[in-house]
Amino acid sequence: MTSAYKIIDHTYDVVIVGAGGAGLRATLGMAAQGLSTACITKVFPTRSHTVAAQGGMSASLGNMGEDHWNWHMYDTIKGSDWLGDQDAIEYMCREAVPAVIELEHFGVPFSRTEEGKIYQRPFGGMTTNFGEGTAQRTCAAADRTGHAILHTLYQQSIKHHAEFYIEHFAIDLIMVDGECKGVISLDLATGELHRYQAHMVVLATGGCGRTYFSATSAHTCTGDGNAMVLRAGLPLQDMEFVQFHPTGIYGAGVLITEGVRGEGGYLTNNEGERFMERYAPNAKDLASRDVVSRSMTMEINGGRGVGPDNDHIFLNLQHLGNDVIEKRLPGISESAKIFAGVDVNKEPIPVLPTVHYNMGGIPTNYHGEVVTLKDGDPDTVVPGLMAIGEAACVSVHGANRLGSNSLLDIVVFGRAAALRAAELIKPGSPHKPLTSEDSAPVLDHLDRIRGAKGSTGTAQIRDNMQRTMQKHAAVFRTGESLEEGLVKMRDIVDSFDDVRVDDQNLIWNTDLVETLELENLLCQAQTIIYGANNRPESRGAHARDDFEERDDENWMKHTLAWTDDKANVTIDYRPVHMYTLTDDCEVIPPKKRVY
Amino acid sequence: MAEFRLPSNSIVTKGKHFPAPDGATNTRNVIVYRYDPDSGKNPRTDTFEVDMDTCGPMVLDAIIKIKTEMDSTLTFRRSCREGICGSCAMNIDGSNTLACTMAIADIEGDITIYPLPHQAVIKDLVSDLTNFYAQYASVEPWLKSDSPAPPDRERLQSPEDREKIDGAYECILCACCSTSCPSYWWNSDRYLGPAALLASYRWIADSRDDATGERLDDLEDPFKLYRCHTIMNCAQVCPKGLNPAKAIAETKKMLVQRRM
Repeated sequence: MTSAYKIIDHTYDVVIVGAGGAGLRATLGMAAQGLSTACITKVFPTRSHTVAAQGGMSASLGNMGEDHWNWHMYDTIKGSDWLGDQDAIEYMCREAVPAVIELEHFGVPFSRTEEGKIYQRPFGGMTTNFGEGTAQRTCAAADRTGHAILHTLYQQSIKHHAEFYIEHFAIDLIMVDGECKGVISLDLATGELHRYQAHMVVLATGGCGRTYFSATSAHTCTGDGNAMVLRAGLPLQDMEFVQFHPTGIYGAGVLITEGVRGEGGYLTNNEGERFMERYAPNAKDLASRDVVSRSMTMEINGGRGVGPDNDHIFLNLQHLGNDVIEKRLPGISESAKIFAGVDVNKEPIPVLPTVHYNMGGIPTNYHGEVVTLKDGDPDTVVPGLMAIGEAACVSVHGANRLGSNSLLDIVVFGRAAALRAAELIKPGSPHKPLTSEDSAPVLDHLDRIRGAKGSTGTAQIRDNMQRTMQKHAAVFRTGESLEEGLVKMRDIVDSFDDVRVDDQNLIWNTDLVETLELENLLCQAQTIIYGANNRPESRGAHARDDFEERDDENWMKHTLAWTDDKANVTIDYRPVHMYTLTDDCEVIPPKKRVY
Repeated sequence: MAEFRLPSNSIVTKGKHFPAPDGATNTRNVIVYRYDPDSGKNPRTDTFEVDMDTCGPMVLDAIIKIKTEMDSTLTFRRSCREGICGSCAMNIDGSNTLACTMAIADIEGDITIYPLPHQAVIKDLVSDLTNFYAQYASVEPWLKSDSPAPPDRERLQSPEDREKIDGAYECILCACCSTSCPSYWWNSDRYLGPAALLASYRWIADSRDDATGERLDDLEDPFKLYRCHTIMNCAQVCPKGLNPAKAIAETKKMLVQRRM
């Protein structure tokens, strides 16, 4: 069947896969530095899921009170439950200030203070003076900050004449002797294949929220880059750490920003009690997300949920007043009206912890270069391959990401990748020609899926996977339930051998694309649930009822997970970086994490 | 000789009927435009009897349910499902909107779904937005400033100045407005349409941008801007509640004012 494809060849210095915030920041940075750059994306850039980020981007500008990047670094390490790499966290928090200023200079329409500076709001886990006070650190454009940033980055990309291949679905990396040499994509509009040869491929493909049934993530959040990396024989890191956002709209799963609580909103149970005061006496509703999601779940499990089935929680913002709601939270007012039928000026929003973010992903150093464990060296760089944004695990978020650190992550590491690529690559340097053998595995893979003539529809298998993950790898986990989930997932993965693709057409074959995406999701789901079962401790977003304490002695280490062609998982580990980049800050040693 | 007939391949035929699953009692007809470019056949409308008792509340839920359970070849764009990415813009019940934020309960009778009007159709509900995106890029929608930005801090902008771009920066480029505009239907080769003009106005209204004169010069053209005849379909259909027509009117006003 391979001969049926028309293949169009391209050569570039760099190819970026994905056009969300990280991908676009890398694209325009690389184009601006004179590298020939292509960005391939399965959706038009402004439709990437960065667009849905609401609350803001953290940076210790100090526009609304004293702040320091050292404090931001402390908060991020504590938020990560000491699984974050401290060198990378130092880099991110230090670079946050120039990164947000650069965005303003690009034209991002940030909200403003009376003095005309960038408006900053409080967010969960963000404190002053190493945990003492509440920091106002999160730079916001009303509650549409992701939209504002993504559209601005796309505009800058047009300005810099970046080349885009839009509505191209990336299928696989071209790997030769352990080096990445390029990538192959399917042009949805024509059904033609494009083979890109590049000195560097940058994966900016986002997270895999759609491994779960209820997620704030878009339908397109299928972690395609993560799966490409697994198929290339490389590991993913810390996949068991899946963030549940405390406030997804009950039923719809649509995101309501933490900025609501940053602006003074609070959660209540069926007794009208502000229960977070019990769980986090200092930070209350602004404790970090894992803490709030667990507290909500415990209220519900204790029979104190709201609604006819006592199965959700109320988010109150009625008391904030029209002015704050209209100026600072207009977007979520609209979402609450549409998806919950609620007028936020009068009634609380029904919410539930909802899958939101993957702390885990492709292991990288703070330059964005992909690393792996090889011959005992846990920091072996994989030549020709970078990963940034939610797809990557640098790791700056460790076991739990703080709200507003993800918009920061994408911009800082998108930029870092561009800087590194400029160091490594001489513009226009020649490529060693690829052989047809080099790309044969990719074409075989596509043929296998396109020709799938089994008896089970893609949607059926996807539904089975999503429900299993939702049930067995949830906010609270136990060994027993995880074991059960592993058995079910084995069957579900095996059932993919019997998948059926009905649409046999070349043009805009979304049946084929959804099947490729499902295949991508399945191997990632395996790394999540396998990793969760393998880690007998509670740390950040990974909460085990049967191992309630954090175990630094044995488990302060990153999980690495490889999969084989049947999505069987093999595990190994990398040490956490307990050192800083410079002497401007000190290593934060582990201590008990209370808010 | 002028041709007064539509080309023969534009005639929409009656398509297949997909009955509800056994036992479904609460069904509604969802009538969907289908076009399969590989087949060489004319477009058709298929009718799906969708079981509403097991369907989510939005039109997108119904479309996904059809793809999941009735016909996996149905082709459409979708992503965020919360009205912010702009992917699932289509013509539903005769009006352009986002399928993800359009409640089924707000539609009476059969639910008809067509692609965005007057754009070339690639397949089913997927229309070709190449020209739409090119027009957006043509207004050079990025910050242009004569004065260098301060090296280590943000440009200052008062809250009042910032407020001037409210209603302009929130556009999600879904194309509902432009493809609902009769003037755009006739002249989309030369009239920029409401979305691109709103994008231009977003920068004209931004106190940090110094290129107002250049932007207005570019729009002073019988077609690019002045084919807006204040029909107001754009404001009526915008799923984000924006008013591109007002932005266009403001732009026209500035063009008049600068002559006086």
